[in-house]
Amino acid sequence: MIPMHAEITQVVNETPSARTFFFDSSLGHIPGQYVMVWIRGVDEIPMSLSYPNAITVQKMGEATTALFKLGKGDSFGIRGPFGNGFSLEGNSILLIAGGVGAAPLGSLAEKAKSNNIKVKTILGAKSAEELLFKKRFDNAGDLMITTEDGSLEYHGLATELVDEEDLAKYDAIYSCGPEKMMFKVLNIAEGFDISSRVQFSLQRYVKCGLGLCGTCCIDPSGLRICRDGPVFRGDQLIGTEFGQYMRDASGKRVKL
Amino acid sequence: MDLTTNVTGLQLRNPTILAAGILGSTASSLKRVMRSGAGAVVTKSIGVVSREGHPGPVMIKTECGFLNAIGLANPSYHEFKSELEEAKGEVPVVASIFGRNAEEFEEVALGLIEAGLDAFELNLSCPHAEGYGASLGEDPNAVENITRAVKKAVNVPVWVKLPPLTNIVKIGLAAQRGGADAVVAINTLPAMAIDIESRFPVLGNISGGLSGAAIKPVALKCVYDLYAVLDIDIIGVGGISSWRDALEFIMAGASALEIGSAVYEDRGVFRHISDGIARYLQERGCDLEDIHGVTVR
Ligand SMILES: Cc1cc2nc3c(=O)[nH]c(=O)nc-3n(C[C@H](O)[C@H](O)[C@H](O)COP(=O)(O)OP(=O)(O)OC[C@H]3O[C@@H](n4cnc5c(N)ncnc54)[C@H](O)[C@@H]3O)c2cc1C
Ligand SMILES: Cc1cc2nc3c(=O)[nH]c(=O)nc-3n(C[C@H](O)[C@H](O)[C@H](O)COP(=O)(O)O)c2cc1C
Ligand code: FES
Repeated sequence: MIPMHAEITQVVNETPSARTFFFDSSLGHIPGQYVMVWIRGVDEIPMSLSYPNAITVQKMGEATTALFKLGKGDSFGIRGPFGNGFSLEGNSILLIAGGVGAAPLGSLAEKAKSNNIKVKTILGAKSAEELLFKKRFDNAGDLMITTEDGSLEYHGLATELVDEEDLAKYDAIYSCGPEKMMFKVLNIAEGFDISSRVQFSLQRYVKCGLGLCGTCCIDPSGLRICRDGPVFRGDQLIGTEFGQYMRDASGKRVKL
Repeated sequence: MDLTTNVTGLQLRNPTILAAGILGSTASSLKRVMRSGAGAVVTKSIGVVSREGHPGPVMIKTECGFLNAIGLANPSYHEFKSELEEAKGEVPVVASIFGRNAEEFEEVALGLIEAGLDAFELNLSCPHAEGYGASLGEDPNAVENITRAVKKAVNVPVWVKLPPLTNIVKIGLAAQRGGADAVVAINTLPAMAIDIESRFPVLGNISGGLSGAAIKPVALKCVYDLYAVLDIDIIGVGGISSWRDALEFIMAGASALEIGSAVYEDRGVFRHISDGIARYLQERGCDLEDIHGVTVR
């Protein structure tokens, strides 16, 4: 599939470092699926769909900086949606989002609410202004906020609130954010013996998105983030590279 | 039905082999492919220094196959050695290597040999990296010299992977003169796509290589022509996705088959092809040797 032409219809400044780019077509997708975004002449990078017609991007390096220069009427190319996405299960769920990791969880919260599933969210960020999709989570159910600088509500890390939860009472738990955070969530879930009930959205270097080039495979299962993932259950991640290391664009291992 | 295949002295449980550059960057991934039934696996092409590869898009699916310009991304042989050691498993592991000249090829081969691999495949055919691959593979002298250098340096079989040239037989003969144990035909064909909305070439590298169904007839002809002339083994690759495709290549003279793009539709393609070949042979009461090269008279 040649990348689809997507024209930007609106840009929303969500936080000082993250922007949502709405484009002119809606993609049928499962929350947690991603698209490959082609910033022409620069690079192509993976981005979760934060709405059927939008991506929410944190400025990192070359490609995201180039993306931030685009505005209404500009365009990029899109391939996808790709990957498995989250599997919505049960009657009561917990979402654990850190930073821009909230991007794929906002639409999951809304889908859950419309299915009459009870949603609780623990949303963490560096500071109050960096909290992404506060309103979306608030509208979908209970919301608990943590900030590392204490500028809003709980002063500390999202995982500190997770530590105080009785995780066993949730039918399913969904987590996306910094890998250190997700790894801690997995450890806590293991303590409750419910790691298979937690779904994590992983980030690894993704190039082809088709499951062929082999860039995104995790050790030791060889599962591909781009096609078998990006969402994996906790029991698939125990004793793996998750929380330990990942690979860069050349395939070299880098410690987390 | 026994599909045991001997290629350049290696015993394969069946003639299907994972092609270079497909799910071949880590030991874990190679092992997953082994578990899915491949008779042998070839690694991603490895070089002297680490390379991040070309900017994206590096690969797209088209209506007739795939375009890729990965750009020989690899972590260098220093880093890859440990992956190779871990990759040792139920079937032979072939290391694909590339370099700018005979010295670089030799350096990579010597750098990896201690990892305990079963054969080398020399990438003299990648169409989208300046100064590497096909830039060398088009020159019979370069092919002969590089093959000879690696053969002299190592004591495992050396396969030479060829670009899909009209004079492929000339290059195949050069590899044979250099001492190659087998030729592998073919790598991808130079190709491109243009986005008519933005008018940009779709691949970050502008152009790349075409693989998949579209190149099968081209690859088959290359194998056919090579078999008529060469004395060494020929490994067929290009657009093979079914046991029927595989049989065509065997009848054209291929001793074994590499499979890449078809993994997209079916991760179990290796087993499905082996099973299909076995069924065909059983129904007709013949074995692999009976049909090997039969169409070449
Ligand atoms: C499935 C998936 C979904 C993602 N969803 C989002 C999202 O919704 N919002 C968001 O802001 N970010 C998301 N990311 C991360 C995003 O892809 C990277 O931040 C982006 O590629 C950085 O590119 P850059 O050129 O700006 O930065 P660079 O300077 O090139 O890289 C900065 C860091 O980003 C990572 N990165 C770079 N290129 C890639 C790549 N091709 N694939 C994966 N990681 C890469 C690397 O860890 C690198 O160290 C997602 C990643 C994956 C794998
Ligand atoms: C994504 C991708 C990466 C590849 N990387 C390499 C490589 O590193 N070295 C190499 O010799 N061939 C490489 N090839 C070529 C394949 O090994 C094979 O020759 C070609 O794709 C034709 O076979 P197929 O149609 O079964 O895919 C690559 C092909 C693809 C699609
Ligand atoms: S990015 Fe190519 S296999 Fe996953």
